Amino acid sequence: MSDNHAIDTVLDRHRRDGTRLVQILREVQEQLGWLSPATLTRVAEGIGWPRAMVSGTASFYSFFHTRPRGKYCVLWSDNITDRMLGNAELMDAMCKKLWLEPGRVSEDGLVSVNTTSCTGMCDQGPAVLVNYRAIPQMTHGRLGEMVGLIREEKPVAEWPAEWFAVEDNIRRKDILLGNELKPGQALKAALERGPQAMLDEIKGGKLRGRGGAGFSTGLKWDACRNAAGHGPNPAHYVVCNADEGEPGTFKDRVLLTSYSSMVFEGMSIAALVVGAKKGLIYLRGEYRYMLEPLESALAARRAEKLLGRNILGSDFEFDIEIHLGAGAYICGEESALIESLEGKPGRPRIRPPFPVTCGYLDQPTTVNNVETLAAACLIATHGGAWYAQHGTEKSAGTKLLSVSGDCERPGIYEYPYGVSVRQVLDDCGATDSQAVQISGPSGICVAAEEFGRRIAFEDLPTAGAFMIFDDTRDMFEVARNFAHFFAHESCGFCTPCRVGTTLVKNMMDKISRGHGSPYDINELFKLHRLMQGASHCGLGNSACNPVFDTLNKFRPAYERRLQSLDYEPAFDLDAALSEARQMTGRDDAGAHLSNEAEV
Amino acid sequence: MNDTNNSFQLDGEDLPFTPGQTIMQAAKAAGVYIPHLCWHPDFPAHGSCKLCTVKVNGRFGSSCTMEAQAGMTVENRTAELDDKRRTMLQMFFVEGNHFCPSCEKSGDCALQATAYELKMMSPHFDMFYPDRPVDASHPDILLDFNRCIMCSLCVTASREVDGKNVFAMGGRGILGRRIHINSESGRLADTDFALSDRAANICPVGVILKKRKGFAVPIGDRRYDKTPINEQVKEPTA
Amino acid sequence: MNGPMNAAPVAAKKLKVATTSLAGCFGCHMSFLDIDERIIKLLDLIEFDRSPLTDIKHCGPCDLGLIEGGLCNAENVHVLREFRSNCKIIVAVGACAINGGLPAQRNHLDLRDILEEVYQTEAGLSHGGIPNDPELPLPLNQVHPIHEVVKVDYFLPGCPPPADAIWKLLTDLLAGRTPTLGHGLLHYD
Repeated sequence: MSDNHAIDTVLDRHRRDGTRLVQILREVQEQLGWLSPATLTRVAEGIGWPRAMVSGTASFYSFFHTRPRGKYCVLWSDNITDRMLGNAELMDAMCKKLWLEPGRVSEDGLVSVNTTSCTGMCDQGPAVLVNYRAIPQMTHGRLGEMVGLIREEKPVAEWPAEWFAVEDNIRRKDILLGNELKPGQALKAALERGPQAMLDEIKGGKLRGRGGAGFSTGLKWDACRNAAGHGPNPAHYVVCNADEGEPGTFKDRVLLTSYSSMVFEGMSIAALVVGAKKGLIYLRGEYRYMLEPLESALAARRAEKLLGRNILGSDFEFDIEIHLGAGAYICGEESALIESLEGKPGRPRIRPPFPVTCGYLDQPTTVNNVETLAAACLIATHGGAWYAQHGTEKSAGTKLLSVSGDCERPGIYEYPYGVSVRQVLDDCGATDSQAVQISGPSGICVAAEEFGRRIAFEDLPTAGAFMIFDDTRDMFEVARNFAHFFAHESCGFCTPCRVGTTLVKNMMDKISRGHGSPYDINELFKLHRLMQGASHCGLGNSACNPVFDTLNKFRPAYERRLQSLDYEPAFDLDAALSEARQMTGRDDAGAHLSNEAEV
Repeated sequence: MNDTNNSFQLDGEDLPFTPGQTIMQAAKAAGVYIPHLCWHPDFPAHGSCKLCTVKVNGRFGSSCTMEAQAGMTVENRTAELDDKRRTMLQMFFVEGNHFCPSCEKSGDCALQATAYELKMMSPHFDMFYPDRPVDASHPDILLDFNRCIMCSLCVTASREVDGKNVFAMGGRGILGRRIHINSESGRLADTDFALSDRAANICPVGVILKKRKGFAVPIGDRRYDKTPINEQVKEPTA
Repeated sequence: MNGPMNAAPVAAKKLKVATTSLAGCFGCHMSFLDIDERIIKLLDLIEFDRSPLTDIKHCGPCDLGLIEGGLCNAENVHVLREFRSNCKIIVAVGACAINGGLPAQRNHLDLRDILEEVYQTEAGLSHGGIPNDPELPLPLNQVHPIHEVVKVDYFLPGCPPPADAIWKLLTDLLAGRTPTLGHGLLHYD
C-alpha cells in the first residue's frame, strides 16, 4: 500500500474532517512511522486546512514525529517514582548496549531511546513505552532481552505478552470499587428518575469534580443543560477527561481497565441530564493499549442497547467515541482538551466563555473526570442523600488515591473523604516517611509534621496522586524532577510560563551542580510570585508549587548545595574553555579558569 | 458618560466604558496606557504576552480579555505590577536574540519602547541564545525569528484580513513554540505572502522586515525616539 | 538597578574609578570622552585607577568600576574578577556588557567551526593554524554578559550609551542617588 493510499484511507475514515486532525495524524503515523513534510501536505489538502495549521498541530504533541524516528522508539517514563526505582541506571544501560545517545536515532535508523513524562505506571515502574505500547516493571533482565529483540528487529506485537501486562493493584475498596452494579442498572435508575430529578440527586449528593479542582458537578451539568446549542448544528456534548497526565496519578487507568462500564454509564447519565447525544472520551496517548479493549466494551454496550438509539427501550439516544491524546500534559486542562479534540494544539482557551456554554465545536459541553462520572452511577442508583452520607460535610463520597513511592503496597486505595495522610501511610506499609506529594507536582508537598491532615477539598484537595518519600530521599531532587516536568510540558502560549518554567529548571540545575547561592533562592521565590498570578492557566500558576513547598519545608536540602554566600555563575567557566583547549591542544595554566573568584 | 453605572476605577481615576468593552479597550478609548504587546485594537485579544496584567479588585487578570464591569477597582501602573511586567520583558529579552543595535526595527519596536517605559536596565536572567535561522527566501520580506515574541498578530492578520493563512503558531514550550509558514518547504518564498499584506505590516518587533527599507529613518526621528510609548495611546497602530 | 549603594556619598575625598573594555569595541569609552569639558569638572570629584585613560595595568581598591564589553575569553574573566574584588560598585556599561552584544552573535555557532573556518578553511590566515601560544587568552565556548559571572550593581544600556547618560549615571552615583535615566537617555541601540 503506498503512503498516499494509507493517508487517504485514514482521511476517508475520518470524513476528511479537520477537527479530527489529532486522530488522523496518530493513525497515519501508526502506519507510516512518522509524519513527513509530504504527509503533512497531503493531510492538509485532504482536510482543507492551511498546511501551517497542520504542521502547527503536529509539532505540538510529543508523540508526533515530524522527523524520522527509529523503527523502535523506546521512551522511559521519567516521573520521580520511576527515578526512585532506578530508571536512569536502566536507561543508561540500554543506551550503552545499543551504542546510543539518549534522544538520538541510531545511525541505521533502528532505534531511539529517550525519556517521557510520567506514563501512569508509578505503582509498577520503572515503565517504558515502546512504539507507544506500555511495558511496566522493567528490570535488567528484561532490558537485556528487549535489546536482543530490537537487534533481531522482532515486531513489538510479537514480544512476550506478559511484558505488556498492567496490574490494577487495587488495595482498598469502598463504595465505588466495591459496588456490585450490573451494566445498565445505574442508567436504568437515571432514566426512571428523568433528567431534572437526576440532576437534583447529583446536587443533593454534593458530587464534586475528582480532577482536583472540586467544582460542583451538579452546577456544571445544570449550566450546560441550561445553555442553548447554537449555529447550524446545535448540540450538547459530554466529554470524559481521561488524560490523567498528572505525574503520580493512575486511578483512571484502573477505572477504565476494570470499571469501564461505570464510566460509560456515568457519561450516559450526564448526557441524559444535559441533553447530549454524543460523548467523547479523551484518553491519554500513554494509554494507547487500552483503545481496542475499550472499543470492544463500547461495542458490547451497543449490542446490549445501552448505547445508541432507544437506550433501554426509551427514546434516549447517546453514543461514545474515543479520542486519543498524543503526549501533552496540558490537555488535561479542560479547554486545552477541547482544542485538542478539535484537531488543534492543546492551548488553554481564554475564559470566559466556559466550556459549559461554549465548548467542543463551540457547543455547550460538560467535561468531567473519569472518577466523577463513575461516582455519578452510585448516585443514580442509591440517591444523593445516600451518597452524601459518605465522606465529610464539604467533600461527599470517596476518593481513589494512586499510591506510589516508598511503601510496601503501592496501588489504588479508595477511602471516604476525610482520611488522614497518616492512615493511608499506615495502610500501604510506608515507614520512615518524610514527605508525601499530594495531587502530583501541581499539588501540595506535605511534610511529616502534617501527616494528620486530611484528604478532602477543605484540607488537602487532590486529583489522586499520593507519592511517598522516605527519609533516604532528597527532596531537592524531587522538586528538580518536577521543575523539569513543567518546563517540558508548558504549552508556551503565555510569557510567564513559557520562559518562567525554563528559568526555574535552569536555576534548579544550577543549584544541583553546586553553583547556587542565596541569590538563586530569592530568584526562585520571585518567579513563583510572578508565575502564580500572571500565567494564563493552572499549569503556569502551579508550576512553582513544588519548589515553593520544598523551599519552605525542606530548605536545608537546598542550602547544603549552595556554593557561597555570594553570587555564582550558572555555568562552569573552566568547561567553557574546553572547545578552545581541544582546538589549540593547550593545557597550560592559562588555558584554565578556576570556578572560584580570584582574590 | 460618567454615569457610575458605566465607569470603573483605574489607578484611582474614574474611567468610563461602554458595556462589552474590555478593560484594555476602555483604557485605550480614554487615552490611558496599559502596557501591552500582543493586543491590537483591530483584532480579538490573544492574551499571551501578559504584560497587560492588572489587579482587578485585588486579583490578577489580563486587561485585554477581562470585560470592564461597573464599579470595579483596577490597579495598573503600581510598583508591584510594573515590577512583574519588567520581569516578563526580561523573559522576552533572554529567550530570544534581541540585539537592538543591529536591528532595523530599533526605535520603532514596541518591545523596546515598552522596556524603556518600564525602565528595564538589563535582561537580568542568563541569556538563552537560541539558534533561530532567518528566512530570507522571499524577494521583498525578511523573517528574523530571533526577535519573535509569539504575539500571533501576523497569524491573525493573515487569516482575518488577507484571507491567506500564511502563518500559524505551532510547537510546544520554550524550544518548540514558533511561527509555522504555510508551505511544505517552510520557506516564505513558497507562499503567496505579499508586501501589501496586512500581515507584512503588523509585526510589533523586528521579525517581519521589508527588504531594502532598513535604517531609512535616522536615529532621533524614529517613532519612539520622539515620544515614549505611554504617550502614544491615541496614535494609530500599524 | 536595585543594588545596594555600598559607597557612602563622598564630597571631600575623591572617588577612585576604574574602567575597562572586555569584549567590546571601546565605543563606550569614546562615548565617555564625549562628555567633553565636563571631564574637567569630573576630575575634581574622581581619580582614575586602572583604565585605558591611565594605562595603569591592575586595579587597586576602587569605589567604582565601569565595565564595557562582555566575556569572550579567559582574560576577560580574569579582568572582570579583578574589578569585582576591588570595586565597591560595578556598572555594566553598554550593550555588550549587558547582553553580550555584537560578539555574542557568534553564540549560535560552534566555536570549533568558527576556529576552523577562520584559521584553516579560509584562505590567507591558514598557514599558522589555530594559534596556540600560551600568551593568548583562550576563547570561551560562548560569549556571556558580565552579570552571568559576577554580581553587577548597575546597568547603563546603549550602543554606546550617550555621553549624557554616562554623565547622569556618574553624577547620580557621586551624589549618592540611585541612578535613573529618562526618555531619550535610556536606549538599547
